Amino acid sequence: MATPCKYDWPAPEKRKLIGKRIKRIDGGMKSSGQAKYSFDINRPGMLFAKVVRCPYAHAKITSVDTSEAEKMPGVKAVRVIQGPGKEIQWEGDEIAAVAATSEEAAEDAARKIKVAYEQMPFLVKEEDLSGASGFTKPAVTEKAGDPDGAFQGSDVVISEGYYGIPVITHCCLETHGQVAEWTDPENLKVWASTQGVSAIGGQFAEGMKISPNNVNIICNYVGGGFGSKFAADRWGLACAGLSKDAEGKAVKLMLERNAELLVAGARPSAYAKVKVGAKKDGTLVAWQSESWGTGGVGGSGVPPIPYVFHDKFPNRARTHTFVSTNIGPSRAWRAPNHPQAALITMSAFEDLAAKLNMDPIEFLMKNADLAPNAVLAKTYREELTKAAELADWKKNWHPRGDKTSGHIKRGMGVSMHTWGGAPHNGKCQVTIQPDGSVEVKTGSQDLGTGTRTVINIVVAETLGLPLEAVKVMIGDSHYPPDGPSGGSTTVGGVSGHTRRGSVNARDALFAVVAPSLGSKPEDLEAVDGHVRVKGNATKSLTWKQACAKLGVKPVVAEGEQARNSPCKLNDSGVGGVQIADVSVDTETGIVKMNRIIAVQDCGLIIDMKTAESQVYGALIMGVSYALYEEKIMDHQTGRMLNPNMEFYKLATIADVGDFTVHMMTGPGYDERGVIGLGEPPVISPGAAISNAVANAIGVRVPTLPLTPDKVLAALEKA
Amino acid sequence: MQPFEYARPTTKENAVKLLGSNWDDAEVLAGGTDLLDRTKDFVSSPKRVVSLHAVKEFQTVKVSAGEGLSIGCMVTLNDLAHNAQVRRAYPVLVDVANDVGSPQIRNVGTVGGNLCQRPRCWYYRAGYGLLAQDNGKPLVPDGDNRYHAILGNDGPAYFVSPSSMAVVLIALDAKVKLLGPDGPREMPLDQFYVIPKSTDDREHALKPNEIVTEVTVPPLHGAKTGWYSVEQKEGLDWPLVQAAAVLHMSGKTVKSARIVLGHVAPTPWPSPEAGEAMAGKSITEESADAAGKAAVSKASPLSKNKYKVQLARVAVKRAIMKAAQGGREEHEEA
Repeated sequence: MATPCKYDWPAPEKRKLIGKRIKRIDGGMKSSGQAKYSFDINRPGMLFAKVVRCPYAHAKITSVDTSEAEKMPGVKAVRVIQGPGKEIQWEGDEIAAVAATSEEAAEDAARKIKVAYEQMPFLVKEEDLSGASGFTKPAVTEKAGDPDGAFQGSDVVISEGYYGIPVITHCCLETHGQVAEWTDPENLKVWASTQGVSAIGGQFAEGMKISPNNVNIICNYVGGGFGSKFAADRWGLACAGLSKDAEGKAVKLMLERNAELLVAGARPSAYAKVKVGAKKDGTLVAWQSESWGTGGVGGSGVPPIPYVFHDKFPNRARTHTFVSTNIGPSRAWRAPNHPQAALITMSAFEDLAAKLNMDPIEFLMKNADLAPNAVLAKTYREELTKAAELADWKKNWHPRGDKTSGHIKRGMGVSMHTWGGAPHNGKCQVTIQPDGSVEVKTGSQDLGTGTRTVINIVVAETLGLPLEAVKVMIGDSHYPPDGPSGGSTTVGGVSGHTRRGSVNARDALFAVVAPSLGSKPEDLEAVDGHVRVKGNATKSLTWKQACAKLGVKPVVAEGEQARNSPCKLNDSGVGGVQIADVSVDTETGIVKMNRIIAVQDCGLIIDMKTAESQVYGALIMGVSYALYEEKIMDHQTGRMLNPNMEFYKLATIADVGDFTVHMMTGPGYDERGVIGLGEPPVISPGAAISNAVANAIGVRVPTLPLTPDKVLAALEKA
Repeated sequence: MQPFEYARPTTKENAVKLLGSNWDDAEVLAGGTDLLDRTKDFVSSPKRVVSLHAVKEFQTVKVSAGEGLSIGCMVTLNDLAHNAQVRRAYPVLVDVANDVGSPQIRNVGTVGGNLCQRPRCWYYRAGYGLLAQDNGKPLVPDGDNRYHAILGNDGPAYFVSPSSMAVVLIALDAKVKLLGPDGPREMPLDQFYVIPKSTDDREHALKPNEIVTEVTVPPLHGAKTGWYSVEQKEGLDWPLVQAAAVLHMSGKTVKSARIVLGHVAPTPWPSPEAGEAMAGKSITEESADAAGKAAVSKASPLSKNKYKVQLARVAVKRAIMKAAQGGREEHEEA
C-alpha cells in the first residue's frame, strides 16, 4: 500500500461525482450552436483572407507578381508566403495570401496573383514500391533471435501475407485556421482552432518578432484536430502578418475544405509483406516483415510491428522503408503509427490462426504473455474474455468463411491494441471567493476530451460542491499554461493539476475556517456543500458560511501537474480489445457494419459518459478509415482527386452499426489513477473489421479501405 | 466564382430569351446544388445566371389515368416523392427521388436539374474539361478511373452520367420537352443524352439557348417496375451503378422489358440485350441473372473499374427481382 498523500484521489466509497455518468457541461452550447468556434468569430471591420496555392505536386517558383491583386477593390494587404526560387513539394502549398473586405473580394484578388513555376518530377503513389525507386530511404532494420531458424522448426506453421493501409487525411469538421487581430501595434490576439492553446503563442511571437507575452491565443471550442492542429502553421503566420499589414484589423483565414484535405494533414501509409510462424498449438515463434510507407516528402512514421508483442517477440526480423512522396505533409493522426501496426499485425495473426484452425481469441490468449509486461498481459486476458462474452463469441463466431447459403456473409474479427496515455504537464489556478463562488482557470482546450466537464467534476468533488458551483475557464493563453492535447494526455493532465489546485485551495480555506470550528485544518473535510469536522457533523458550516470567513481576501491557489509532482494520480500503458461483426454482400462487395464491441481500460475514469463518448467517436472514425477513407492521388497530374467530402468518404451514422463499449473499472484498474483515452480505441477498428471481413468471405482483402472493388477482386482471386 | 448577371424571368419564353448562343453566355439556375459548386470551382463561369424559380408553370405535377404523368422541370425531388398521385401510380419514381443526395438536396434539387446536372468525373471537376484532357492527353484511361464508364467508353468521353432520375424515367419511356427561341420540341428522354465526341460537345441534346421544361411519362398499364442502386454508403453517396426495370407482363410471362443502367456510361444506358433476355420468360433469379449478364455482355472496363461490370450485372438482376416483388423499397416511408 502506497503512503497516503493529500492529493490522492478520494477513496471509491467517498466519490460523489468521479466515475459517474455525467453529461458534458458544454453539450448544450455545442448542440444549440451557441458555442463559438474560431470559424464563428467575427470582429468589427474584419477582413477575409484567401490563399494562392500551388497547383503542382513539385515545382520551383520562378516568379510571383502581386501588382494586379494589390489594385483590386477591397484589398487591404497582400503577402507572398513563398517566393521565387522556393521549391514546392506538394499540391496546395501556400504561395501568397490576400486580405480584403469580403471573402469574394479576397478570392477575386487572389486569382489576380500571377505565379510562374518550373515543374519538377514527382511521386504521389507508393503502394507499388518498385515504382518508387529514387524516392526511398531505408528507415529500420531490426533483428532479434533467430527468425530463419525458427521458421524452419518442424512443427511450425507459417502464414505469409500482404497488408496495407493508405494515406488518409484528418478532414477536421472545423477546418484549420484562425482570426488574427493586432489589438495595438505590439499585441496580437489570435482566435485559433488549435490543440495547443498554451503552446502556439510562442510560434506566433517568433514569426511576428514580438514577445510571447504580447500574444494572446483564444480557443473555446475546437471542431476536431486529431493530431493535426498543434502548430501556428504557415497560414496562421500569414494571417497575423496580413492583419499587421492592414493596420491591425482582424483577419479571418480558415482553410477551404479542399485545402483542409490537401495540406492540413495526412496520416502516413503502411504496407507490409509479412511472414509469421507459430507452433501447432498457436505459440508464436517467428516474424519477418518488409514494410514501407509514406508520410509526404519527409518520409513516414514507423509502425511498431509485430504490434503489441514487439519487444518480447522471440524471433523477429524486419525492415521498414520510407518513401518520399509529394502528397502533402504528414501530421500526427490519432495514435500515430498504431492503427497501421495493428492492421498489419492483427491481420497476419488472424490469417495464421485461420491456417492453424484456431479461434483467434484463443490464439491471442495463448500469446498474451508476449505483451510488454505482466499488467498488460493480465489486462488483455481479462479484456479478451469480456469482449468474447459481450459478443457471445463462442456461439456467433465460425471458422473462416461463412458457409451459410445466400450472398450475404457474416463474420467476426478481433484485434487488440496498446497506448501510453501519461498526463501532460500543466498548471491551473483555483480561486475561492468570500461569497463562496469558485473558479478554475487553465490554458487548456477541449479537443473532444470533455476537458471542461472533467475539470468541473474534479474540482467539485474535491470541494464537496455540486457541479454548478464551479466555473470552469479554459481556452485562453492568459490562463496558467496547460499542455497541448495530443497523445491521450489531456484528461490525465487537467485532472491532475486541478485535483492538486483544488486540494490546495481547499486546504487554504480550511486554515482560515478551522479556528471558528474549534478544530485543526487537517481535521476538516468539505462534503455535501459543507465544511465540517471529520466525524462530527454538528461542527459544520455551510460552504457560504465557511467562505465568508475569508473576509475580503479570496483564496487563490495553484495546481501543477509535472513529471515529479508528489502523489501519483496517473499512470500510463493501457490495453484494449475490439470485436467487429460485419455482413458482406458477396455480389456487390459492399461491407456493412453490424456491431463493434470495444473493451478498454484507462485507469481511473473521471466521467464514464465522456469516456464512453471518446470510444464511440473513435469507433466511428475507425469504421470510416476501415471502409471509406483514402487520399486518392493521380500519378499523371500529381494532384489529389478527392479533396472534397463527396469522394473523400466518411461514415454517416447509418453506416456505423451498433457499438457496445465496456470500460474496465474497479480493482486492478481504478487504483492506477487516470490514464488518457483519446488514442487507444481508434487503433483496432481497421484490423478488427478487416479480420471480420476475412472471416465472413473466407479470404483476406489485403488493404484498407475495404471498398467493393477490392472485396470483389479478393473474392475472384480466391 | 466569376461575377455574373442574375435574371429571374416570370415566363418560359423570357427565360429562353435570356439565354445566349454560346454555353458560356448563361447557365440555368434550378435548385442550384450543382451549379453553385461548379461556379465556385470555376468549372462553369457564366456571364448570366437565369433562374427558373419565378416561372410558375414549371412547378406543376399532373397525373391522369389516360395521359400519364407530366412533371414540370422545377418540381423538387421532395415534392415529387411526396405527391400522393405519383406515389400511387409510379412508386418507382418515388423510390429513386428519395434516394438522391440528402434531404437538403432533395428539398431544393429539381427534376429538371437532376436530368441536366453535369458529370461528377473528378478530372472534369478539377478543371480538365468534360473530356478530362491535360494538354490534349486523356487523363482517364491511365488515371484513376474507378468510378468511370464501362460501356460507351471508347472515347473521348469516359465520365458517367450522374442522373438517377433519368435511369428510371427512360425505363418508363419518358419524353422530355425542350423550349428554345424557335419554340418547343419533344424527344424520347433516351435520345436527350448523347456521348460527346469533341470538346465542344455536351452530354445532352440541349442547345445553349434551350431549356428542359417538362418530362412526360406514359401510363404504366400494370407494368411491373423495379429499381436498384448500388451505393457503398447508406446515405450521401453517389451510386456506383444503378439499374431500372419496367416489365410488361402477360400473366406470369414477361411480354416485353425495358431495362436501363445508370452510372455505367456517359449517358444513361438502355440495354435492349437485357430486355430481350427477359422477353418470353417468367421472372426468376435465373432469368434475372441472365438479363444482368446480357446487360454487361458488351462492357469493356477501364483499368480500375472491372468491378463495375459485376455491379451492373447484379443491379439489373436485383432491379428485375424487385419489380417482381412489387418494386418497392423495403424501407418505404409513411
